[in-house]
Amino acid sequence: MGAEIATSGSESLVTALIAHGDDNLVLAQRLGEWISNAPELEEDIALGNIALDHLGVARALYTHAGQIEGRGRTEDDFAMRRAEREFLNVLLVEQPNGDFAHTMIRALFFDAYQVDLWEELTASDDDTLSGIAARAGKEARYHLLHSSAWTVRLGDGTEESHRRAQDAVDALWRYTDELFHGPGQVSRERWQATIEQVLEEAGLEVPDDPYQWGGGRRGLHSEHLGSLLAEMQWMQRSYPGLQW
Amino acid sequence: MSPEERFDAIVSAEEKVEPADWMPEEYRKTLIRQIAQHAHSEVIGMQPEGNWIARAPTLHRKAILMAKVQDEAGHGLYLYSAAETLGVNRDELQELLHQGRHKYSSIFNYPTLSWADIGTIGWLVDGAAITNQVMLTRCSFGPYARAMVRICKEESFHQRQGYEALIRLCSGSPDQKAMAQDALDRWWWPSLMMFGPHDTDSTHTEQSMNWKIKRVSNDDLRQQFVDMTVPQAAYLGLTIPDPDLQWNEERGHYDFGEIDWDEFWAVVKGNGPMNRDRVEHKVRAWKEGAWVREAATAHAAKKTAAAVVVGAA
Amino acid sequence: MTYEVPVVPGESADIDEGTDLSTEAWPLWEVFVRARRGLSHVHLGSLHAADPESALQNARDVYTRRGEGASLWVVRSSEIHSFDPEEISDFIEANEKVYRLATTYDIPDEVGHM
Repeated sequence: MGAEIATSGSESLVTALIAHGDDNLVLAQRLGEWISNAPELEEDIALGNIALDHLGVARALYTHAGQIEGRGRTEDDFAMRRAEREFLNVLLVEQPNGDFAHTMIRALFFDAYQVDLWEELTASDDDTLSGIAARAGKEARYHLLHSSAWTVRLGDGTEESHRRAQDAVDALWRYTDELFHGPGQVSRERWQATIEQVLEEAGLEVPDDPYQWGGGRRGLHSEHLGSLLAEMQWMQRSYPGLQW
Repeated sequence: MSPEERFDAIVSAEEKVEPADWMPEEYRKTLIRQIAQHAHSEVIGMQPEGNWIARAPTLHRKAILMAKVQDEAGHGLYLYSAAETLGVNRDELQELLHQGRHKYSSIFNYPTLSWADIGTIGWLVDGAAITNQVMLTRCSFGPYARAMVRICKEESFHQRQGYEALIRLCSGSPDQKAMAQDALDRWWWPSLMMFGPHDTDSTHTEQSMNWKIKRVSNDDLRQQFVDMTVPQAAYLGLTIPDPDLQWNEERGHYDFGEIDWDEFWAVVKGNGPMNRDRVEHKVRAWKEGAWVREAATAHAAKKTAAAVVVGAA
Repeated sequence: MTYEVPVVPGESADIDEGTDLSTEAWPLWEVFVRARRGLSHVHLGSLHAADPESALQNARDVYTRRGEGASLWVVRSSEIHSFDPEEISDFIEANEKVYRLATTYDIPDEVGHM
């Protein structure tokens, strides 16, 4: 059983809300793993705050999706009681954290996309969504400041940091195309311009890799999502139907 | 007035000693160790609680727990910042922690085995922290007292969220109630141990009291904590695992049993259930982050050098 | 809860001479926040950062988590200059020039508030 992007009116809105919610939830879960593991205490705080931002956006989107859908689904129904093949997040966000460079490059690619996405969605006819987009957009701009500054520090830091940053760019590039297919009309050109500018300042090369991998928006994920969900959903699956 | 007399006058007038003031070397050393260990406690404390972020049962609980742990990191930062005013570097203090020569609150050497542990830590550990922290806002050293005021303001949500999580469990299913009781059974005695040895066995107490670093004795703080907490446990319908616990009408306080001091000293010496894991985790994160810190420093130096060139042109 | 965890006999809490601390420590920055329009900046504490941008971002993350910041300054601690504590009482005016104080002057009540 998979999930297809719906095409009709409010159904497609619900699907879009869930997809963006899933993107933010999965990334929040990943960033939470850095807590007590960051290179310096200040960065622990920064990554934790960013994780909280993404979690907050996910919760707002799920809640709104549940309301429109009208089947009584709550934020926890979406997060904790859907199987892997029902999740609609892009593959980029479910990739493991890797080293700090890997996490920052993943963030750079996603943040630049989010800034454009939320800007577009502030113009939505749906007032609630446009409100969520306004707040999420502000946060995304801050996230992009953080990830692009780190990309430059690492790309133009030491030889080791440069190598790790380039490895991360090369490894994650194949997950970027997926950002531009699916809900939202975010333009690849604009995203590419932002990314190229940051990479240039960082002394990093744009990869020459023509190969792209997607499927997340259709519920076809890498092996990583399964373990992530198993851990996240453990309590609800072990003790169903209780209040916490 | 000699510097010693001026220092004594400041302390006895309940004024604050500030970093630029003359102070006895022992006062400085005691404060450095205590503030640093307080900071280390906040940082190490992120591990047992961080252990349940990925598995928090709802998104709401996940958000609360993440926010709490972030607050703790921030508190660690305020405290290191206060310690650094005494002429030490944060990296030196951290090295002492990594070598096991600086300690952190013994409570964090116990494992978090269930979701109920998270609520219990909020209730008991933050409850104990608040007891101690209110006292520390009256500490004679300005930067430490000010950091404590800031921390106290942020701390009250920590205890409430923990207790609220337990109210949910204790009014939930039999499994949930049993989970809460099990957590209390494991965390009660370590919570009492947090207040340290009897004052009669504590070499520092008298000097710290004279210098107004410490304002209330270990035993008095521990008694305060017990008196506050017993009714809270009763409200939850949980049983405190101490057969000697009972109200003493004459004293106006609860009598309670004797702490297992062998366990206490074992944990202080580094042989508690999680001591090694906590320090290894901390050291590993620090080592793995070395290349990141070096990169940031290298990049900043490049930018400064470039600016100098531009300025000179 | 005590942070004065007892020192175990035989252990020292002092740093050894020659211990390698060369992890390229990030410099220290002091943080000043003006909570609201109309107030002045208050010193809130310090943090470590490699450059001004991350100092600012970190200060925002650490000191304005509860929305308490209309304006945020970070200053390298090494750029803060002060009098020597021994000198300060010599250089800062003792209250001898009482003619600077408004209370020295007697204005009759009939003149009104001045």
